[in-house]
This record gives sequence, C-alpha cells and structure tokens, in this order.
Amino acid sequence: MSLRSEIKQFILGNYLFTNDESAIADDDSLLKKGIVDSTGMLELIMHVEEKYGIKVAEDEMIPLNLDSVINVTAFVERKLGK
Amino acid sequence: MIQSLHHRGPDGFGFHESGPVGLAHARLSIIDLAGGQQPICNEDRTIWTVFNGEIFNYIELRAELEQRGHRFATNSDTETIVHAYEEFGLGFVDHLNGQFAIAIWDEPRKRLVLARDRVGIRPLFYCVDRSRLLFASEVKALAAGGATLALDPVGLAEAFTFWSAVDPQTTFKNVHSLPPGHLMVCENGNQTVQRYWHWTPRTDRAIAGLSFDEAAGEVRKRLVEAIRLQLRADVPVGAYLSGGLDSSGIVSLVRNYTRNRVRTFSVAFEEAEFDESESQAAMVRYLNTEHVTVRCSRQQIGERFPQLIWHTETPIVRTAPVPLMMLSGLVRSSGYKVVLTGEGADEVFAGYDIFKEAKIRRFWARQPQSKWRSSLFGRLYGYLKHSPVGNSQFASSFFGAAITDLDNPAYAHGSRWGTTRRIWNFFTPATREALAGRDVEAAMLATLPAEFASWDGLSRDQYLESKTLLSGYLLSSQGDRVAMANSIEGRVPFLDHELIEFANALPARFKLRGLEEKAVLRAALADALPADIIRRTKQPYRAPDSASFFDASRPLPYVTELLSPASLKRAGYFDPALVQRLVEKCRQGRAIGFADNQAFVGILSTMLVHEMFVEGRGRNFDIAPAAEEGVRIESVQ
Repeated sequence: MSLRSEIKQFILGNYLFTNDESAIADDDSLLKKGIVDSTGMLELIMHVEEKYGIKVAEDEMIPLNLDSVINVTAFVERKLGK
Repeated sequence: MIQSLHHRGPDGFGFHESGPVGLAHARLSIIDLAGGQQPICNEDRTIWTVFNGEIFNYIELRAELEQRGHRFATNSDTETIVHAYEEFGLGFVDHLNGQFAIAIWDEPRKRLVLARDRVGIRPLFYCVDRSRLLFASEVKALAAGGATLALDPVGLAEAFTFWSAVDPQTTFKNVHSLPPGHLMVCENGNQTVQRYWHWTPRTDRAIAGLSFDEAAGEVRKRLVEAIRLQLRADVPVGAYLSGGLDSSGIVSLVRNYTRNRVRTFSVAFEEAEFDESESQAAMVRYLNTEHVTVRCSRQQIGERFPQLIWHTETPIVRTAPVPLMMLSGLVRSSGYKVVLTGEGADEVFAGYDIFKEAKIRRFWARQPQSKWRSSLFGRLYGYLKHSPVGNSQFASSFFGAAITDLDNPAYAHGSRWGTTRRIWNFFTPATREALAGRDVEAAMLATLPAEFASWDGLSRDQYLESKTLLSGYLLSSQGDRVAMANSIEGRVPFLDHELIEFANALPARFKLRGLEEKAVLRAALADALPADIIRRTKQPYRAPDSASFFDASRPLPYVTELLSPASLKRAGYFDPALVQRLVEKCRQGRAIGFADNQAFVGILSTMLVHEMFVEGRGRNFDIAPAAEEGVRIESVQ
C-alpha cells in the first residue's frame, strides 16, 4: 500500500469510519470539510508520529503540512527523507 | 395515561370528565398542600383546569381578581388560572408570572385551551390519534393513551444538529411539542396555535438610557424580586450550587434578602477534569449554607443512562444530564421537593463562549488579514496554546470559515451544528432517503422572525440559542425531565420573563463587555460574592461521555446488545458497519474529540428510545429511581 493510501485509509477509518476512498478527495481540506476538528488534528499528529517514527515540531503544525491527504503525504515523505 | 406520569406527581391523582373531554392530574403538592387538588374549577363549575408548574404571582393576581368580584374556594395558585381565564379570556396568560403547562376546558364554549410558559420550562406534548386529541406533560402518557410511537427521521436529523428537535417538531412522528410562549385553542373542530410571547430584543428608551452601573442596579433589583417570587412555596425550597457565578449569586441573594435558611446541593465528579468541588466548598464556606454533595462516577453514568433516556424520551448527544438526575435524587432523599437553579443566566446575559467567539469573528472580519485579531481566539480558548490548531494559520482555517458571511443567521452557531451533524454520517441509506434531502438548518432558519436580520449580532445569537438549545435541551433533557425523574421541581429565577425583557432591552456591550461575559450580571452581584467568583471565567458543565459505557474495555451488557449489528439492522436508523468501527474506537479509548463522543452517545440513546418507546420494552431496562446518598459538607459557623 502506498504512503498516500495508508494515510487516506487512516483518515477514512478514523474520522469517517469507512474504507470508501470516494468519501473524500485527496486535496479536500480536512478542517474546512468538517472531517477533522481540533482534537482530530491531535489524533492525526499522534498517528503519523507513531506510525512513521517522526516528530512533528510545533512550527510544522500548519495546514500546508496537515490539512489534506496530499499535504500529509508530502509532509511525511519530506520528514522520512524520501 | 396519568399513571404513567406518577413520577411527576406522586402526591395524589385527580380526574374530571365532561362529555368529550377528560382531564387528569398527578399532583406534586407544593402550594396549598390541603386544598390544591386538581382539576380545579370556577364558581359555577363551568371552567376547569389542570396544570403542571407554578404561578409565582398568584397572590397579587388573586387580589386583583377578587377585586373584580371572583370568589376563591382554595388558596392554591391553580385557582387563579380559571378565574384569570374567566376575566381575561385567552389573554389570561399575559397576567401569569410562572412556569407552566396548562389545560383549560371551557364547558359553555366547548373550547379546550392549552398554554405553555414563555421559555419552555414545563413540557407539553400533543398528538391526534384516531380523531382524538391527546395531550400530556410527557410522551409516554400519549402512548399510554393509545398513540403509536415511531421515530421521525426529521426529528432525529434535528436532534443531531441542534442537540434536540426544535418545537413543534419532536423525535416522534405525529407527536408535537407546543412551543414556548404559545397557546393552542381547540374549538368547533378547529385547532389553532398562536404565540403570546416572544424572546426578542426590545426597544425601551428608559432602559437604553441607563448607565452600566444603573443597569447593574436594576438587574440586581429585578433578580431579587424574581427570587422572592420563586421562593413562594408551602414546603422548604433548596438550591443547586455549582460553584459558578449564577447559582452562587442566587444563593447569596436568598441569604441576603430573605429569611430562608437555604439548603444547597451539588454534584462532584471522581475525575478532576470535570470536578468543581473546590469552588463549591469555597462557596459553602462563604455563604454558610447547609450543603450536601452527590459524587458521580463514570460507572454510574453508564449504569443510569437507560433510566435517563426513559425520562428524556429523546436521543441526546451528551451524558451530562445523568449527574443532574442523580442530584435531583439527592434532593429527594434529603426531603426536599423544590430547588432553585442558575439555569438561564448564560442565555439572558450572554455567558457562553459561542457568543464571544462570534464577537471575535465579526471583529476579525473587518480586517481578515489581521493576525492580531485572529490571535484573540487564544485568549478565549486557553487550550489552543497547547493545541496543534493553536497557531494563526490553523486558527484561520478553523475559526475563519465563512468569516465575512456576516448576514448568515447561523454565523455563531454553524460550526457547532456542523460538528453535531457529523452523526448523520452514520445514518443508513433508508434514513437518508426518508429525509429526502431536507436541510433542517435552512428549514429552522426559515421560521425566524422577519425582523431578525435587523437585530445586532449578539441579539441574533442569543435568540437562536434560546430557540434551539434552551427549551429543547437545557430546560428539558437537562432540566425538567431529570428533576421530575425524582419528583423534584426546578425553579429558574434567571428566566423570570420580566428579567428577560429587561435584559433584552440592554445594549449588547453591557452583556459582553470586551470579552467579559455576563458583565452586567457580574456587576449586579459584585458585593454579594467573593471577588474570585465574580472574576472567574465560566466553566462549561460537562461529564464523562463514551468512556462511561465500557468496563475494563468491555461495553456494558445493554450497550453490547443495543449496538450489535443485529439490533442496529432491525431498528434501521444507523449503518451497523460504521457503528462497529466507532464502538471499537471508543472501546480502545481513542475517541478523544467531541464528534466521536457525541456520535456514540447519540446513537446509543436513539437505540434506547427505539427499544423503550417504539418497541415498548422500557421495562426491560433498569429505570427505577435510585436513592442517592450525599456527602455532607459542614459549613463553618
């Protein structure tokens, strides 16, 4: 499974309780679409830290890194040095 | 029917039958213990009434009616209703200061009148069943009278948006709730519903001309008067004490202005996150009251949730009413029947964060590029300092949605409704189909008064709060229903209609001064309470949610049964596969946000309502009141 698919499956399963990939688009804003609230963002950060062994610094907690499937995927890839 | 309401009135029953009409009453005796049995009639026995509640100004109203030639047979407040109706016709409600659900049978006119108090403190439901009109304080009585109950997807959709269905809608098909401040008249085969009072901003030059300090003085005077009226009872009256400004203010004024030695009651939680014991103990010492506390655990919330739903008769999204049901049990086991509560102050004087959040967003909208303006959210929500969305970029996404959409009536509420509406994701295709694309938010907003758009922002936000959350949830599931579960009458001095009318004529800046909530009320109570209580920011009342329904990571037996795929499939409201995933997330303790917890509690409570009222299996659950034991805190003499 690609990193993008893994991240998307986490978001689908954890917030929308489904596996249906069509439920969100990869570039949907998670906050603006009401998929993730403030505690949901905490869950997302905990997940990527635990799953990929990275640390999300405070100044990295910005929409550009965390607010869509595409952004999270690119952020994790950067952190992993891919 | 009346037997099903025994908990609302365990002190006696009364009936009156006249041709096509039957009136029945279960009595909780509080005023005129010897002579107040209902139904009560006028001098020539042609006008009959039953009612639930209190007419607080019955002494003054009686004197006025006696002057006009009416003769009274009892000393009860009930009797003022029949004579006021005789004297003033349908305008009788304008003369009542109280909390009430009233039925009047006018024999000569063959007219039935139903009336509900101005803000919806007392419930009143009705339905037409095979050409019979049934009405009662609770839906279970309609079922006992023969009505068939089924859940209404529109009512569910409203409950999972606004936290309750909005009157006249209920969560049951063909069952209606008479809206607050309305009368229903049934005459000559016609049924009309008319408004007699409305929670709207008022223009009053004399009030608008008051200085802040003068306004605070008036608030104090009017609140004291409301408390004096609401202490009228022939039984002792207690008070809830949460440790916050509102309930503490009421108890302090009772101590300062009346001869009542008030007994106070509070809830404490095992989890520090929810507990306010320290503030409560400080207030007990300051006010020198005789005080008793009931301690509430997660386990008790899970165990007593079915009993709660038996009384709320509607799905809810929070467990917070359970501790209040335990509290009323403590009041009952302490030998009291009546308590004053601080409910209503946040609606009348703008105490909620939602009002402050909207104020910041409106301020920010004037300069959307301003980082300083958006940073004000950090001042409002302290937790943002430690939150991943606390930085200005996330705050812009989180709080900045539709920020310039200033004409949107739901400007303040849209975000909260959106979070709650996430429960809709769990609906089955059949439930969605039954909704037929109905937009409950737009439908509710379409009922707003024509002049709504001309009001200032805070008045609009306060109106919507009173219309959606106050009567349908706070005064009902978290108010009347949990008090009456233990035969306790709650009284709410902050919702005295004259006090509301006064507050609704004050400028917004007197209520929300900068970001200081309830500013004029704080000033009104400044010399009645310790400075730290006056300065304290409002603490939202919350209780443990989904974690209450698991014991050592296993769902409680009734939760397992109701949320099993088979039960969910039979009931048909929610998708079993989605619910299983939610339950698993909650079971693992990973549900830390509002949305998941609201969904869990909303789905479980819907399944309980279905089992109890649609399937008629309420008695399969443990719904008997529990005798609550309290811990006494001795005040320092």
